[in-house]
Amino acid sequence: MQDRPQIEGGMEKESEVVLLGTWSSGYCTRIELALKLKGIPYENVEEDLSNKSHSLIHHNPVHKKVPVLLHNGKAIAESLVILEYIDEHWNHAPKLLPDDPYERAKVRFWASFCDQKFQPSAHNIMITKGEEQEKAIENFWEVLKVFEEGLERDFPTKSQFLNGDTSGDLDIVVGSLACNFEAFNEAAAEVLNLQKNPAFYSWVTAMKDCSLMKETLPPHDRLVAKIKSKFSLHPSN
Amino acid sequence: MGEEVKLFRSWSSPFALRIVWALEIKGIEYEAVFEDLSNKSPLLLQYNPVHKKVPILVHNGRPIAESFVILEYIDETWKQVPLLPKDPYERAMARFWAKFCEDKVLTSIWSAFIKQGKEQEEALVAAAENLKFLEKEMKGKKFFGGERIGYVDLVLGWLANLVSIFEEIIGLKIVDEEKFPLLYSWMQDFAEAPIIRDNWPPRDKMIVKFQALLDAAIASSSSSSSSSK
Repeated sequence: MQDRPQIEGGMEKESEVVLLGTWSSGYCTRIELALKLKGIPYENVEEDLSNKSHSLIHHNPVHKKVPVLLHNGKAIAESLVILEYIDEHWNHAPKLLPDDPYERAKVRFWASFCDQKFQPSAHNIMITKGEEQEKAIENFWEVLKVFEEGLERDFPTKSQFLNGDTSGDLDIVVGSLACNFEAFNEAAAEVLNLQKNPAFYSWVTAMKDCSLMKETLPPHDRLVAKIKSKFSLHPSN
Repeated sequence: MGEEVKLFRSWSSPFALRIVWALEIKGIEYEAVFEDLSNKSPLLLQYNPVHKKVPILVHNGRPIAESFVILEYIDETWKQVPLLPKDPYERAMARFWAKFCEDKVLTSIWSAFIKQGKEQEEALVAAAENLKFLEKEMKGKKFFGGERIGYVDLVLGWLANLVSIFEEIIGLKIVDEEKFPLLYSWMQDFAEAPIIRDNWPPRDKMIVKFQALLDAAIASSSSSSSSSK
């Protein structure tokens, strides 16, 4: 990742910001949201994960995954790592993370919870059927409850959904995934009653409504089709 | 200037040990609260209701859980002897490698220890592939942090102690000196470094503990394979 020989087709300018990603990945959406929020111009390179490019493999040899941020000829992988890099390198407002170390710790804790507990509990619903799926759904609601109660406790004055006044890191981290839940649910034949949890539902709805999200989230119908094909979900399921 | 720093830990948790090292390297005075994880205290459950685990750092009454989160908090709050580099790109690299160590190295080495048969073979192969990346990363450096111990060293530090314990128990090599000479010498340098060397949990107790975990794992896997569903 530190050496950089000639890349095929590459005349990458040193100051250029390039995002290697895919349109359907929430983790890539995170990076786009952050770059747009900060007003950083960037080039989007769409990767085909079923046929990985030399560029992707060269820039992320360890994981060969997206997103990868290229900046000043250097590559950074792992979405949460990239978000912190963006906030530290372009440290003008709006800030993604708060300034106070204790507040930062709370944001990092819940960002980690989102990726280690919340997202996997949702993912499990997509890869199970029948009784196993019912258990997965039950588990998802339990995890969501912990998530909500924790966010309520740790951030009593809620953030303003990417309005730029308050730090947007958690909105970006969670919103990039949660705003796609309706598409996932539709692909999974509506196994979840998302309105069952009104607090979560209204948070996600409000996030989806903000213009930055609207222009960055993958288009709903296209995403539904993509999810169905990825998880081999058929109408009859 | 009354600063109150408490660390909830257990005698053997490698995750809590990271915080012990960080606090001591920075010369921060703290009170260690040892938890019996089979009988968690009400205070632990109050301070970490989400995961109910150690380590927990409590600074002036405010709790922080998750070792990576705690390490960053410590580095931001007490600026002496920095653990992370200054430059944003170097910081990103440190965070990237720390995550790799946790998600891939730790997981594969644990599997290589606790699993049997084919699963163990596969875990050993995965571990070796992961270690190759670390070996490459070590080139030209004494520690992952450079000349002195840094964030990644603290995150990976458990390797320097636990691997030889695992190898002794299962009778297999996990970090071969010939295949991973740089990593191997890092393990010696780290284990013997001041502060680090003073805090290792007693080896004989560790062998008993991990042997028991392995025995339990073998017992449960053989009983589940002999029962039909």
